[in-house]
Amino acid sequence: MAYFYQVIALPFITAVFVPFLHKRINPRIHTGWFVLFVPLILFCYLCSYIPIISAGRIVHLNLPWIPSYGLNLTAHLDGLALVFALIISGMGFLVTLYSIYYLSKFKEALHNFYVYLLLFMGAMLGVVFADNLFVLYVFWEITSISSFLLIAYWFEREKSRSGAQKSLLITVFGGLSMLAGFILLFLITGTASIQALMNKVELIQSHPFFVPAMVLVLLGAFTKSAQFPFSIWLPDAMEAPTPISAYLHSATMVKAGIYLVARLTLLFGGAAEWFWLVAGVGLVTLFYGSLNALKQTDLKALLAYSTISQLGLIMSLLGLGSAALYFGAGKEGTVYAIAIFAAIFHLVNHATFKGCLFMVVGIIDHELGTRSIRKLGGLMQAMPISFLLTLTGSLAMAGLPPFNGFLSKEMFFAAVLKAGEMPFFQMGRWGSLLVFVAWLASVFTFVYCLIILCRTFLGKQHTEKLKKKPHEASFGMLLSPIILAALVIIIFFYPNVLSRHLLQPAWEAVLPTFAGAASLQYEIKPWHGFNAALLMTIGVVLLGFFLYKTFLKWRRFLRLYPHRYTLNNLYIWLLEKTEVFSRAVTKRYMTGFARDYLVYILAFVILVVGGAVYLFNGFTLDFSRNSAVSLYEILLLLGMVSCAITVLLSQSRLTSVIAVGGLGFMVVTFFVIFRAPDLALTQLVVETVTTVLLLLCIYHLPKFKKEKSPWRFKLVNGVIAIGVGTVMTLVAFSAYAHHLFPSISGFYKNSYQLAGAKNIVNAILVDFRGFDTMLEILVLSMAGLGVYTLIKLCLTRREEHEGSQ
Amino acid sequence: MKEANDVILRTVSKAAVVIILTFSIHLFISGHHRPGGGFIGGLSFVAAIVLLFLVYGIDKVRRNIAVDFKKVAGIGVLISVFTGVGGMLAGKNFLYQTFGQVHLPVFGQTELATAVLFDVGVALAVIGTSLTIIMSIGDDR
Repeated sequence: MAYFYQVIALPFITAVFVPFLHKRINPRIHTGWFVLFVPLILFCYLCSYIPIISAGRIVHLNLPWIPSYGLNLTAHLDGLALVFALIISGMGFLVTLYSIYYLSKFKEALHNFYVYLLLFMGAMLGVVFADNLFVLYVFWEITSISSFLLIAYWFEREKSRSGAQKSLLITVFGGLSMLAGFILLFLITGTASIQALMNKVELIQSHPFFVPAMVLVLLGAFTKSAQFPFSIWLPDAMEAPTPISAYLHSATMVKAGIYLVARLTLLFGGAAEWFWLVAGVGLVTLFYGSLNALKQTDLKALLAYSTISQLGLIMSLLGLGSAALYFGAGKEGTVYAIAIFAAIFHLVNHATFKGCLFMVVGIIDHELGTRSIRKLGGLMQAMPISFLLTLTGSLAMAGLPPFNGFLSKEMFFAAVLKAGEMPFFQMGRWGSLLVFVAWLASVFTFVYCLIILCRTFLGKQHTEKLKKKPHEASFGMLLSPIILAALVIIIFFYPNVLSRHLLQPAWEAVLPTFAGAASLQYEIKPWHGFNAALLMTIGVVLLGFFLYKTFLKWRRFLRLYPHRYTLNNLYIWLLEKTEVFSRAVTKRYMTGFARDYLVYILAFVILVVGGAVYLFNGFTLDFSRNSAVSLYEILLLLGMVSCAITVLLSQSRLTSVIAVGGLGFMVVTFFVIFRAPDLALTQLVVETVTTVLLLLCIYHLPKFKKEKSPWRFKLVNGVIAIGVGTVMTLVAFSAYAHHLFPSISGFYKNSYQLAGAKNIVNAILVDFRGFDTMLEILVLSMAGLGVYTLIKLCLTRREEHEGSQ
Repeated sequence: MKEANDVILRTVSKAAVVIILTFSIHLFISGHHRPGGGFIGGLSFVAAIVLLFLVYGIDKVRRNIAVDFKKVAGIGVLISVFTGVGGMLAGKNFLYQTFGQVHLPVFGQTELATAVLFDVGVALAVIGTSLTIIMSIGDDR
């Protein structure tokens, strides 16, 4: 338990130092070697929790962050969080190792790469450990941003930028609606802690906000996990370097949505809406992804669609499993609960085989310079190890023994069959359709797995189409996929070791109500006898082989769907229309004239300040406590008025500036008469400096001339000027007449006794209100930098302009 | 600023600048008990430099006072923030200030306050920011 937060924060801490390290050691040593230890330490440290978690205990830690708002960095470490955390750190280690060989230390901006990667790693761990919904949201968005930065890593490519933009727009849209959902949950229950929410399931489920909150949260999960119809960002995200595609866009970040759905299953599960939404969207995504994968010729795009399809599979399993809560703990419920177990199992399996496949595709891209299956073929002799790795990965994905994908695919079929025959949630006739869609999607999955394997490694070599001669990659690059492929096989032979230590606790974490009843026991077996699930697998293999053999004949039917009506084009159309619309709106008021902006600002002041005074009946006149007006004051007043009139009527800028200065100095005199020496001093210096500044500005202004302006222009100016003057005068009078705040005379005593100062103004500024002063000078410095930047920008642009002429 | 042929202004300002600078330091130090303080002290310091600008031109002053005033502003803000952190190190709240009587060799019995350190930050921030703005606007190119 000790040092949990320190270890979890390790990626963030390291990210700060990476740029400095990079500067010193690169290119002598690849920066990745120094980053590598972070996920390694994390993985080893998290492994030390396995005995605790598998013994059925849960670790709950609390670190106050903003306790006054109830925002605490509470960490909730249970089976589900641990499975995800181990995938994040384990895959993180393998991917970093792989990236050391994949990214050149001479050409690439490695410090950026590793900073973003570490940022992501830390944020993703934050997502799975956070107990507070809002803390979870913050980390969730950080993962979106780091993903954006990593997709746009090669930002000089146009496609990288548009892909990054697309992913950010879609996932942040989802994230925001998720935030709205969280806020609804918070409004219903008054708590933001996920564990506390679990105790209020009945309150939430009977609340009218239940369905809106559910839909909003699901939007977040679906966009993040690339579910239909939000899946369009994932194929474009493949512009990222391959280690990133393997890490973020197949193993971890896209599973954040799945994590959220699993985490909140207890909250929403059991409702028909949740069942249909999650399972339905999952199945549609499974089908859509596998069908589109067939159309792809780029290996990475193919893998992207296959990831979409596999994510849909996991999502639909979670949806089907939520029916368990409808039945409650017991024999009937447990049958469905197995679907959730299968989801967690397949999630782990997918991380292993898809990670392996991505890395092999990265190797092919790296060694041959292309990923198009049209140019590849017959690489088996040249790249035997890559071939074996692809064989393992793709057959695991296709769901064949002896690979781990077979086990979870069988469980998927069993779950779908079970859901298909059960008459609940108005299932009726839809049941058999459900089974058919799932089966057909699996057939397509089988076909594209064969495409990956056979079109790349078997058949004829197209050496003439390749830039480089095919050869095997270096050992360092092969190491990570070899480890993953080994895991694929090991998990098939010893699934129950994994199950006992990790999957079982994770399962119990999703369904804690079942765990108490001790009904969550499942033994993974490769052989169930000749049952329906096995027959379905055999059917998949037979039809899949047939379809692959005849693929060239029926491929053109895939292209029948008109290209114009794709989701991608809808997205582009929406983006363009939004741009046009917002530009039109903005152009209406952003005219580029300082005078117009002043009109907005001053009109706003009149409306808001004057309106507030009017609405709250704040206007009062009370002259009863006034002291007598002396002759000095009358004279000063007359001087001020004449100065103001001079500004209005003067024919030259210099006169105006001097008149404004004179006005200021008379205000200074007022302060002196009213015995406010500090104010007087300040005002005096400020007036001096401002006058000089104004004089300097005259240098840059065009020649002064009277302009003939239309009467409407003058009318607006007049109304605004009189309005601001009136409102401010009224506010000043009312402020004097009201006594809203206690007198500050107490500070006379305090400033001497507590601050040791005889000057009360200074004591207030630096001591009692030190925080205000600190922020003020901060704002002041920022404004100064702003002025500096604006003027420098203007000057350099002008110089460039002159240079080009 | 153009070179102005103004002997009286030049001669007077040579003496005046020294007086204004001394006065600004006086204003700053006396702020704890009498009118003055970091803000006013900083501003009158700026006024002295502005006078130099007017008389000798910005380029000449910039050559002779080779200080990046943006950095001065940044250092000022940092000083203020870190005096606040100092309070936290002593187990008190952020920005906690204290004072005490110290016997110094030349000044005798003197009252020293941590608030003055904070005020140094304020003064530097004000000087840095104002001069950054004035110099960038006054840069007549």
